[in-house]
Amino acid sequence: MITEALIVSAILFVIGVVGVLTRRNAIILFMCAELMLNAVNLSLVAFSKLHGVTGQVFVIMVMTVAAAEAAVGLAIIISVFRHFGTVDLSNLRTLRG
Amino acid sequence: MNRFVEFQFYLFALLAVVSAILFVTRRNPVPAALWLVNVMFALAGLYVMLDAAFVGAVQVLVYAGAIMVVFVFVVMLLNLGRGEVGDLRALVPRLGAGLVGLALLANLLVAQRTRWPRLAPANAGDNAVAPVAGSLFTEHLVAFELTSVLLLVAVVGAVLLAKRRAAA
Repeated sequence: MITEALIVSAILFVIGVVGVLTRRNAIILFMCAELMLNAVNLSLVAFSKLHGVTGQVFVIMVMTVAAAEAAVGLAIIISVFRHFGTVDLSNLRTLRG
Repeated sequence: MNRFVEFQFYLFALLAVVSAILFVTRRNPVPAALWLVNVMFALAGLYVMLDAAFVGAVQVLVYAGAIMVVFVFVVMLLNLGRGEVGDLRALVPRLGAGLVGLALLANLLVAQRTRWPRLAPANAGDNAVAPVAGSLFTEHLVAFELTSVLLLVAVVGAVLLAKRRAAA
């Protein structure tokens, strides 16, 4: 069961990476980052079945960091939307040479 | 390994992977967010199957409950959720929803009819929270306290970033 959980975790992480690399919507990019964090959480829980409860403590820490990241990131997205009028990342080309 | 628990594990794993694929392929942010909520719920089920019931409950409360609500709120605030309204009306989504519903119904019926082995009293007495709390408040106390600083910084930063400029 641990092996299967790790396989599922790897699949979810790869799906998140593919989403980050292919999507252009900033909010969906953030959601893909959340999906990757969740995949890592799943592998931590699977390992906590082998090595004791520390993995679950790490999962709680990761959830806190994810909540803080979501709050700050969405605030940045809101102010980007106010400034540029879009959250499509292919339209944000101020730093592009 | 109990066959029923194994079946449920694979059901939640399949649900998580399929929901994640559907999440990445949605064009509209609102259905994408709903599929991501589905992934979170399936992961909570997987946590419970992996003997981490407390983490599963926190997953439902924090991720599916709080974080995704903030995402959907921002999508609605920025008015990004337009187009492809009739997402659930086509034939294939209906078939998929029906299949998932049938699987969950079968799950429920099996759970109702299975004779569960009686838990030993010592096993039923301890809860899922105590080991996690013991580790969190002794070994990882410094990290736990730093978390409060992190949350404070995040709150201040979010308010400062999202605040409208007064003069400009």
